[in-house]
Amino acid sequence: MMAATRVGVVGVGMTVQRSTRRDVTGIELINEAVRAALADAGIKRKDIDAIVIGNMDHFEGINYVDTWSVDGSGALGKPIMKMTTGGTTGSTVAMGAYYHVASGMFDRVLAIGWEKNSESDTTGAIITAFDPFWDRPTFAGAVAGLALEATLYMNETGATEEDAAYIAVRDRRHALNNPYAHLRMDAKVEDIMATPYLSWPIKLGDMCPRTDGACAVLFASEGAVDEFPNPPAWVHGVADRHLWAYTSDPYVNQKVVGGTWFPAMERATAELYEKVGITDALKQFDVAELYLPYSFAGLRYMESLGFCERGGGPALVHSGATDMGGECPVNPSGGVMSSNAIGATGLLRVAEAALQVQSRAGDRQVPGAALALATGFGGCYWSDELVLGKEKPDKVRG
Amino acid sequence: MAVAEPAPKKHYIVVESGDLEQPFRWSAGTYGSKFLTEIRDNKKIWGIKCPSCGRVYVPLRSVCGPCYVKLDELVPVSDEGSVVTFSVVSFGFVDPSTGQQRPVPYGYAAIALDGADSYLLHFIDETDPAKIKPGDRVKAVFEDDDKRTGSLLDIKYFELQR
Amino acid sequence: MDPVAVVGVGMTDIRRDRVEDTYADLVYEACQKALDDAGMTAADIDVVLTSSNDFFDGRTISSMAVMDACGSYDKNVSTVEGDGTFGAAHAVMRVLAGWGTCLFCVHHKGSESVMPLITNAMFDPIYERFLGIESIASSALQARAYMDAFGVTEEDCARVSVKNHGNAFKNPVAQLPLEITVEDVMASDYIAEPLKLLDCSPISDGASAVVIANQERAKGAARKPVWVKGIGYNCDAFHLGDRDLSKSDALVAAAKKAYKDADINDPPGQIDLAEVSDAFSYMELMWLEGLGLCRAGEGAALTASAKTALEGALPVNASGGCISGNPVLVSGLNRIIECVLQVRGDAGAHQVAGVKTAVAQGFNGPCGQSQCVWVLGGDA
Repeated sequence: MMAATRVGVVGVGMTVQRSTRRDVTGIELINEAVRAALADAGIKRKDIDAIVIGNMDHFEGINYVDTWSVDGSGALGKPIMKMTTGGTTGSTVAMGAYYHVASGMFDRVLAIGWEKNSESDTTGAIITAFDPFWDRPTFAGAVAGLALEATLYMNETGATEEDAAYIAVRDRRHALNNPYAHLRMDAKVEDIMATPYLSWPIKLGDMCPRTDGACAVLFASEGAVDEFPNPPAWVHGVADRHLWAYTSDPYVNQKVVGGTWFPAMERATAELYEKVGITDALKQFDVAELYLPYSFAGLRYMESLGFCERGGGPALVHSGATDMGGECPVNPSGGVMSSNAIGATGLLRVAEAALQVQSRAGDRQVPGAALALATGFGGCYWSDELVLGKEKPDKVRG
Repeated sequence: MAVAEPAPKKHYIVVESGDLEQPFRWSAGTYGSKFLTEIRDNKKIWGIKCPSCGRVYVPLRSVCGPCYVKLDELVPVSDEGSVVTFSVVSFGFVDPSTGQQRPVPYGYAAIALDGADSYLLHFIDETDPAKIKPGDRVKAVFEDDDKRTGSLLDIKYFELQR
Repeated sequence: MDPVAVVGVGMTDIRRDRVEDTYADLVYEACQKALDDAGMTAADIDVVLTSSNDFFDGRTISSMAVMDACGSYDKNVSTVEGDGTFGAAHAVMRVLAGWGTCLFCVHHKGSESVMPLITNAMFDPIYERFLGIESIASSALQARAYMDAFGVTEEDCARVSVKNHGNAFKNPVAQLPLEITVEDVMASDYIAEPLKLLDCSPISDGASAVVIANQERAKGAARKPVWVKGIGYNCDAFHLGDRDLSKSDALVAAAKKAYKDADINDPPGQIDLAEVSDAFSYMELMWLEGLGLCRAGEGAALTASAKTALEGALPVNASGGCISGNPVLVSGLNRIIECVLQVRGDAGAHQVAGVKTAVAQGFNGPCGQSQCVWVLGGDA
């Protein structure tokens, strides 16, 4: 494989994440994040070479968001393309912008992810993601789909609802350090357990919220990074797998395909870690910003990301290793359990990971963070993964 | 970055789309049509088999993803199977296909029909999570003859074999 | 730009209603054709890109429908939502960034929904949608602006329709070969004045795919690789009232960048053939001007002179163009594919002799707001 141009994140901007931003249109929301990113990077709109934008179309009911939002995105007179892959949109957009620069075609590319969930019925919209014949008749939105995973996980490992509830507690407590986050609170496991069931075993407290928000991240080529005031957060590697087309397939392949647990995540992880040289995730990563759509994910995905063995999620989390101050804090920003503007969510993980390795994460900084993992999740159990680091990588393989 | 607090709600105009309809007529394709026709006319469930890996898929699809070959061999699968995983949905929501609120609570599961290597998602007739577990046996209950239309909902639900 | 080539192409037939096929069926067919054409199998593909549009497909995360069918299993995959020219540009970026080969596919079934509702959704929900404005009505505004600015007549536009529908007889993939005259076009019903039925592209179903490869992997290709000499894309303002609809600044900028990459400083002199997105007849005239193949306002004269006919000095839309078959999004990739076939000498009955350099163009958004231009050539 040819060596790619090395790429760093040199600017980050985000809006405050709220349940309803009725004070702005989608275009204005995008613009808030873009202005913040430009200010952070110390540049003007004219300096941007290209833009990549993403959101989930049906959440706002806008067709061709790329052409609609030019006033907000700054795309007037510039190259722009749209990427959308459901929940993974934000991370897909990040990877898309990364490739724009890694290709050598552009030097300064702005990635924008946004969502105004308040403007639509998101359950209804999510149902339309699935096959009209085979899946929709019985499908009940993201929650019920995730519930199937949770049931299976508890059955296979003996993990409990309380084990999962701790993830919600941890992430929303972490969010207290993040002024941009949506849900910020110091709750207890009992509080989560007392919330009503949405789709057994998932309770209201186990689920991520619906949020309005936007994020913009500026990627620059190794030749351009020195123009910027902030040290670059270098992209060390990216990988993704969007394996499935039908809702039931992920469960199939847990059993059928050599007993793998979450094949998309495990295959993406295997490729990424091999490219970047990760053999012990828990030791080597200083911080992880993981897309956890619901609490149980915070147990299960640790296993598929190689932080512990199969079934070891609860023990790892209960050990304190993933809390602030632990060996590898997870979601110092509060993560998705705290803020979920879908198109922005995956991109925010990259933005937060970048801030961490740049030592610019303020109250949510993990001291000395030099290597970070950022992930995206969505669609039919798809997995996007990126590694960002303080040190410039020797070379990047794709 | 300072963000001003938004003004009170009443200051803002919100434009409602109203009940928007965006009608579609999706094609089930050649094999999908056969599958649904067999359910409608004969209460029979068919899977489709990969000539390369031998997996039998239900629901039908035209390509085996892992092998990347076109599928065309239909094989009969049982209307009985096992629960692989399940949930009980208790939050009300509007089904975008019907415009109606789905009555809750209802149980639903990923079901491994005997003879199939992939799973079918469908309703099950139990709403107490304590009474369902992976591995439980279930059997399809079909709609009456005059009510079947060529949809997966021609199977009303799967009955737990208690 | 490092050398990157299109080494395989595949198009399904474009038809009004492919009810027997799902999106997955169409995409599998197109991908298989492209792989066969490249002399490759799915195992030779390093990364996969898809393109689709949630509104057109009636499903959020529309890419999900084709994940199996595009051969993405256990590979990196991504999705660009927009015209095929844009997605293919990202495929090129993937290859330039280090992936040896990329399979890119795009699908559309216009038969499955109501196009005006879908294109109405391009417009702003607060200020524009209530007008009922959609693709045809908005394009009619642009046609009027363009015609008034340059004294172009409806007959001038009709000539494009006659030419392209006629060319379609020689393209087995095309949906609508029609033997018509300017009078036939003029006699067809107005849909949105000045656009008449025969000025408009049809509703279509189809899918297409290409295999892009770097220089090393192109060596293994079954047919002659066709090199990507230049790519440019750019975007105009959104509100129609913010634009001078009689010209396309975005297209001029996109072409400028593509031509710079390709060392083209005399487009009419150096380009042998063009495939442009004539969703409406007037658009071919406008896009020729934006591409610098003639001066502003002279597209009509160029067409009337028959220079852009199949036998002319600079054939435009030898394939029949979009007006002969327009699966939205797929159309842009088809323009690229047609150029590839021409440069390779594989265009069959509609082959133009001696095509060394060809230009393909596609767009997103109302009135061609966002434009993408490709230059393809026979030499690396």
